[in-house]
Amino acid sequence: MKKTIITVVGKDTVGIIAKTCTYLADNNINILDISQTIVKDYFNMMMIADFSKASKKFGAVSKELEELGESIGVIIKCQQEDIFNSMHRI
Amino acid sequence: MINMFEVKETNEMIEKENLDVRTITLGISLLDCIDGDVNKVCENIYNKITEKAKDLVKVGEDISHEYAIPIVNKRISVTPIALVGGACCKTSKDFVKIAKALDKAAKAVGINFLGGYSALVSKGMTKADELLIRSIPEALSQTGLICSSVNLGSTKTGINMDAVRLMGEVIKETAERTKEKDSIGCAKLVVFCNAPDDNPFMAGAFHGVTEADAIINIGVSGPGVVKYALEKVRGESFEVLCETIKKTAFKVTRVGQLVAREASKKLNVPFGIVDLSLAPTPAIGDSVADILCEIGLEHAGAPGTTAALALLNDQVKKGGVMASSYVGGLSGAFIPVSEDQGMINAVNAGALTLEKLEAMTCVCSVGLDMIAIPGDTKATTISGIIADEMAIGMVNQKTTAVRLIPVIGKKVGDSAEFGGLLGYAPIMPVNEFSCDDFINRKGRIPAPIHSFKN
Repeated sequence: MKKTIITVVGKDTVGIIAKTCTYLADNNINILDISQTIVKDYFNMMMIADFSKASKKFGAVSKELEELGESIGVIIKCQQEDIFNSMHRI
Repeated sequence: MINMFEVKETNEMIEKENLDVRTITLGISLLDCIDGDVNKVCENIYNKITEKAKDLVKVGEDISHEYAIPIVNKRISVTPIALVGGACCKTSKDFVKIAKALDKAAKAVGINFLGGYSALVSKGMTKADELLIRSIPEALSQTGLICSSVNLGSTKTGINMDAVRLMGEVIKETAERTKEKDSIGCAKLVVFCNAPDDNPFMAGAFHGVTEADAIINIGVSGPGVVKYALEKVRGESFEVLCETIKKTAFKVTRVGQLVAREASKKLNVPFGIVDLSLAPTPAIGDSVADILCEIGLEHAGAPGTTAALALLNDQVKKGGVMASSYVGGLSGAFIPVSEDQGMINAVNAGALTLEKLEAMTCVCSVGLDMIAIPGDTKATTISGIIADEMAIGMVNQKTTAVRLIPVIGKKVGDSAEFGGLLGYAPIMPVNEFSCDDFINRKGRIPAPIHSFKN
């Protein structure tokens, strides 16, 4: 299973997690892990998700999440896990 | 499992420190396009390139989206055209026809540059080699995406001084033919000693005859990432400094290796090499000169520069080598002037001269690169500078290159504007004492004694 890392960064506000997770659920994307911190009012979240049963293609989900982020005022980014494994694991 | 700090570190490299994959270069052999009729050759070339590379740009963009890493250029390198056109080109005009066919194919597949309008003449020139070389000024002035390179020497063969002399004239003529655009034709023309067959970077990329039918080569970048990492170890010992560069180079190269593997899989073309070069751009914070300053120099060019560059180049290789299964190309730190804001600043401050740059090329990965010189510089003087640089490569068993731009109509104090990744450059003074009698001798310089290893 190829995992996808979703990062959400931006100014904290009500409903960031709710809106992101609702979108993922609507598109049949399973969340495997969530970690989240708030540093000086700045919201930082990382999710590890499984796109294997997703109802849309990776490119479309990535674009829609980006747009969703814009509407909440945060930056949402989807990346295949490989880039982090390559860089940080031997 | 991957943690948040690691994700953050990678994304900061991409977003704030200009980490990118500089190029995916698809090498394509054109040897099977050879024919006795030049029009047929042009047709064969166009068909082969547009077939082999039809998905190159799309695949590059897809990979870029999947990992959210910019892939700046998609390029093609082809078999040196002097070989491909040898059977059908009876005049320089015939070679220009091939250049136009290449340009048309490059535009059709949407790539940024196509390299390989080249001749390999390190020991001698065939008639076709000479015709191609003489066609370069016209070819570069009539095409947009074609890059040209000529290999003039090697450690094994010595230096072909007849070709060195000819290239001085060809560079001047190329400058003259593109003078309304600050002689930009010369930015797409480079001469080499010990040219590698698998270089993904322009202007010197070509698909060597030792290569397979098609191959993927990747050039990574990341001067900004190294600079940022070094900011955190200011004042520390050389051991700490070197370890930091090495670890950073490892991380940067791993991204290149990943992209290479993915591109190879998606295009169904074998993976060739990752080129470990630290390639700067004119963007602020994407400068090799800034790394040298971070190591402890007021400006690139100050005493200590050659040592600092040697250290940087070596550590980049040591870190990168373990990160990739195949390393090749030029692999090291590039020191172009116009493409590096820190270098431009150093020249403007009076810290960096052509002579110091020459010394730096003894320890970096390539040579005198993207240096603008006065437009009235004599052809023999350009040949003299080339000969010096070729000698450094030949004796030190390394690749060296020269990409000089004699900017027609401009003099020291002016500056030349090339635009985009090619940047801009202050015109640098050149030693004006004559070397005419040296350059006008015929023949070649023999290979050095340490090349006889058999």
